[in-house]
Amino acid sequence: MTKLDLLVRAIGKKWLWVQAVLAFAFLYLPILILIIYSFNASRFNAVWRGFTLDWYRSLFSNAGATIATSSSAGIWTALNNSLLIAAISTVLASIFGTMIALALERFHFPGRKAVEALLFLPIIMPEITIGISLLVFFTLVFRIVENLTGIRLNLGLPTVIIGHVVFNISFVTITVRARLAELDPQLEQAAFDLGANEWRTFWRITLPLIWPAIFSAALLAFTLSLDDFVVTFFTTGVGSMTLPLFVYGMIKFAVTPAINAISTLMLLASLLLVVSSLRVHKS
Amino acid sequence: MKRLLTFLLLFVMSATLAFGCSPTGGNQQQVLSIYNYASYIAPEAIAQFEKENNVKIQYDTFENSDALYAKLKQGNPGYDLIFPADYMVKIMIAENIIEPLNLNNIPNQKNLEPKFINQAFDPGNKYSLPYQWGTMGIGYNVKTTQGEINSWAAMFDPKYTGKVAWQDDARYTFAGVLMYLGFDPNTTNPEEINKARDLLIKSKNIIAAFVPDTGQNMLDQGEVNLTMEWSGDIFQVMTENPNLRYAIPKEGTIIFSDNMTIPKGAPQKELAEKFINFILQPEVGAQISNFTHFGSPNKAAIDQGLIDPKDLNNPQIYPPAEVFGKMKLLEDVGKATALYDRAWTEVKAGAGK
Repeated sequence: MTKLDLLVRAIGKKWLWVQAVLAFAFLYLPILILIIYSFNASRFNAVWRGFTLDWYRSLFSNAGATIATSSSAGIWTALNNSLLIAAISTVLASIFGTMIALALERFHFPGRKAVEALLFLPIIMPEITIGISLLVFFTLVFRIVENLTGIRLNLGLPTVIIGHVVFNISFVTITVRARLAELDPQLEQAAFDLGANEWRTFWRITLPLIWPAIFSAALLAFTLSLDDFVVTFFTTGVGSMTLPLFVYGMIKFAVTPAINAISTLMLLASLLLVVSSLRVHKS
Repeated sequence: MKRLLTFLLLFVMSATLAFGCSPTGGNQQQVLSIYNYASYIAPEAIAQFEKENNVKIQYDTFENSDALYAKLKQGNPGYDLIFPADYMVKIMIAENIIEPLNLNNIPNQKNLEPKFINQAFDPGNKYSLPYQWGTMGIGYNVKTTQGEINSWAAMFDPKYTGKVAWQDDARYTFAGVLMYLGFDPNTTNPEEINKARDLLIKSKNIIAAFVPDTGQNMLDQGEVNLTMEWSGDIFQVMTENPNLRYAIPKEGTIIFSDNMTIPKGAPQKELAEKFINFILQPEVGAQISNFTHFGSPNKAAIDQGLIDPKDLNNPQIYPPAEVFGKMKLLEDVGKATALYDRAWTEVKAGAGK
């Protein structure tokens, strides 16, 4: 019996290693291949045809051009839009999401259960449903506004941002709420006892304690917003292409390694961000 | 904490600022908004139109006609000019998505080749004018075939067992097989459709896969030796792989055209018509075709020798007259669509691919 036990343990130990390696390979090999192919001389992501830096060069040589038909100029505009949308929608979703989380966790009010259920909907609902309903909603509102005031509103960056806030709020709320639930309410009560009002307690006690949760929720929201395709597709208007939309638009002809190149650059940038923020934390 | 608060406030302010700017039309310079495929126009043509008319062109891109339809179905977000494929023009007319053209503003339509005007999808060109065209033929690796191919028969040759790819689309694949059998690719005769189905099932060992428009990559990687694919896709890969060739089968094949139309509610309809007229100038039409390497429907451009002779003398882009006469557009077959769907299900089940 003990012998068998030992044997199982020995195999298990080795197997664990293999599994860990496989899991990491599964996660990071595709990214590695993406980076390697950004140096591919071929215009197609199918066959390796030698090393080149041309894709990086083309990204920077055309950065000033305004015509989106030359694809590298289009990439920059699209990336610009993507980052702008992600940043604004992340901030808005973080603020609103945190507010909702606080309300749900700290207060009892009629309809609390309903709000809770509604919050989960954007996560459960297929994205395409959200996208189409947003599009129908915006068209309807725009039509009403036009009839009432004569001002013609159009889909554009603001509608995309609203769309992203819609699904991001849920993710932020859930993440922040988990942290709030762990938080000892006595800490806040102690602050009240010592004479702080609610506002002051929030800024001095609650916010600093849930700050890490808000930060990680914001990171999640930023990532979700950056690579969202479906909701963006339905809510964009003229001149507000995002990077995922742009890449998809290239499919008819060829998704060139310029896309790999810009992905690699984005990866580098986010790596730098993470490393530097870790440094800041340590010091 | 104070710093954090000001930071957040600044962000909210910048966000609301963006919302305040949403009504369009604040710009003094006119903007023509075009919705087209990526890199499907010569950049110089855009620059020239911008300069001549002192306007700005906003060029957005979509991936296929179906996405274009999904986007416009709920209302036009502000595009002035769109480029749907032939079959989509018909749907968009039926669903009231596009606006009739004022052909008086587009005198250059006289430059068009008669074959491409007055098509079944838009009789009398009330709504659309052709932009570019291409064919659905056979892409192949000349090393493995050891010679030129000019017939659909090659797709059924046991020599290439397990190395042939067809389109994963009932109508396109059936069109190829029907033409090989000498039938009309838009047939509604169940017997003819069944014959095509039986032939496909019979040759199931020869077929490697039904691919969703990625045949050129499989060909490039050597996974297949022959594939049914769009001309433009094969040409692009050919520039890098010298062993690849494209053939328009002598039995005839499917032709497609992308078309210029104006969606309902376009803010700059007249400017869009001006742009269409501009595109139909022989010089501009030639410039675009020389950039995309697709066929130009602009007869004047061809007659005046403006098309790159390398393209013009390439029978894979501009096939000889007798083959050109056999080319067909896919048409809506109405109720027979169900026949195709059923036969296609049987093919997929029978071939197990």
